[in-house]
Amino acid sequence: MSLGDCDSHYDVIVIGAGPAGLAAAAVAAEHGLTTLVLDENAAPGGQIWRAIGASPLPDRKVLGEDYWRGATLVHRAGASGARLLASATVWSLDADRRVGISQNGKARLITAGRIIIATGAQERPCPMPGWTLPGVMTIGAAQTLLKTSGLVPSGNTIIAGSGPLLWLYAAQALRAGGSITAILDTTPPGNIREALRYLPALLASPYALKGLALLREVRAKLRIFTGIDGLAAQGSETLASVRFTAKGKLQELAADTLLLHQGVVPQINLAMAAGVRHIWDAAQTCFVPEVSANGTTNLDGIAIAGDGAGIAGAEVATARGELAGIEAVRALKPGVHLDEAAAHATLRRYSRGRAFLDAMFAPARAFRLPADDVIACRCEEVTAGQVREAARLGCIGPNQMKAFSRCGMGPCQGRLCGLTVTGLIADAHAMSPGAVGYYRLRAPVKPLSLAEFASIPPDEDATRAVVRS
Amino acid sequence: MFQRLPDRRGSITLLIDGAPIAARPGDTVAAALVTAGIAPLRTTPVSGAPRAPYCMMGVCFDCLATIDGMPNRQTCMVTVREGMRIERQNGARSLP
Repeated sequence: MSLGDCDSHYDVIVIGAGPAGLAAAAVAAEHGLTTLVLDENAAPGGQIWRAIGASPLPDRKVLGEDYWRGATLVHRAGASGARLLASATVWSLDADRRVGISQNGKARLITAGRIIIATGAQERPCPMPGWTLPGVMTIGAAQTLLKTSGLVPSGNTIIAGSGPLLWLYAAQALRAGGSITAILDTTPPGNIREALRYLPALLASPYALKGLALLREVRAKLRIFTGIDGLAAQGSETLASVRFTAKGKLQELAADTLLLHQGVVPQINLAMAAGVRHIWDAAQTCFVPEVSANGTTNLDGIAIAGDGAGIAGAEVATARGELAGIEAVRALKPGVHLDEAAAHATLRRYSRGRAFLDAMFAPARAFRLPADDVIACRCEEVTAGQVREAARLGCIGPNQMKAFSRCGMGPCQGRLCGLTVTGLIADAHAMSPGAVGYYRLRAPVKPLSLAEFASIPPDEDATRAVVRS
Repeated sequence: MFQRLPDRRGSITLLIDGAPIAARPGDTVAAALVTAGIAPLRTTPVSGAPRAPYCMMGVCFDCLATIDGMPNRQTCMVTVREGMRIERQNGARSLP
């Protein structure tokens, strides 16, 4: 389907075709609501089930059954009557539930009775010396290459970071025959003390056994360094080596590829720009939208489902998507009987142990508050030291920091520096990140060409505004 | 460095600054560039520093290139097509 084939209004627009978005769209469309799903990628699945309908990997064991299970929901959403507009970029959403969409060089504004934002997660910024060098990527990026193009790392590959995705990707890459030299586990050794408080809940979680099996699988095959300090990527035009100390001992390893990961955080740009209230989540060290159990926000008719409402994984995202879909049906078709029990049961089951994961994999201080010479804002090449210096001069917020340094003003619109800049200001003034706040985000949240903007069909109001009668 | 696992997809050709590289249908442009070992992909407008794809999911904007004459495209969000022309972006863009 192309943008020109879309209606000008839908009962429900779902933004994002990952687990939450697909579940929400399926529920809405199965109950007879006209439903449009928008996704930036060429096919449904989100990042977790990326390329599920088109993966070139012949061996299902590489990615594991949790990946392939996604096909059930993709199929259900496809059969539900919801329409998918793929390869479509959403660049604005306003409180009147008007969505700005571009696809293939054309743009339109489409309205809906209910909006469900399901924009999911992105990897947390990993500021460290050399993280902008070619050859340094995120672990999520490498996993996307595996899922969509059947690519595995070759040559000297170092994986450095913390969190469940690190172990999952290492296992997948090894199964596929990828070459990994070593893993540098940057999890702060002290995290376990806090995490142990939540151990009973973790043991009751379906994730516990899977996690242990992954750890065993990877540890049996790879060199693992722990107690990491002073991690740096080195090279001039491209990455050449990785330097670090492990338990106090200086190491330097030749490297063609360095894969980084410090967990995932909600993608908040669209929701924040629309005016959804966000709060600081100290346990997950990131901003999250304020949502009800069914995903509703302070904006009438705009809900958020899935990891975009706080990191909880694909199973919980699916359940939250169902609940947001049910909420939309209730709002637009009062009197229809809907049962939330199954979604709530999934939510409860898969939420167990999340507090353990949050505490265990809380990012090390070096990645939250990088050293002065480290680039915080990749786009405008602003260092942590420049941010600290502006804070010392009295700059108390990320928006003022833009005027001081241009940080956050490049094309990524703060996605790769926002948490770092808020963290540095908070640290400099001994404030909480929540009190410091985040960049004031505005539409367009993704770049829009003037040609695309000019292609928006004018409505009556727009015509009246410029034509003299 | 990345290498391909064997698969049954055919091969197509892209041009990077006029030079042919092989890709497979369904690849993103960034995936094709990474496979071909194109690094650095571009230099930054601010300091001329070398960059290459980083996030592969449309959030970091480090994989920007000119595709078929249109500058500043996120190559990780564009699917390859036979004969696609990719040009490296070194430094700042001028308006087309």
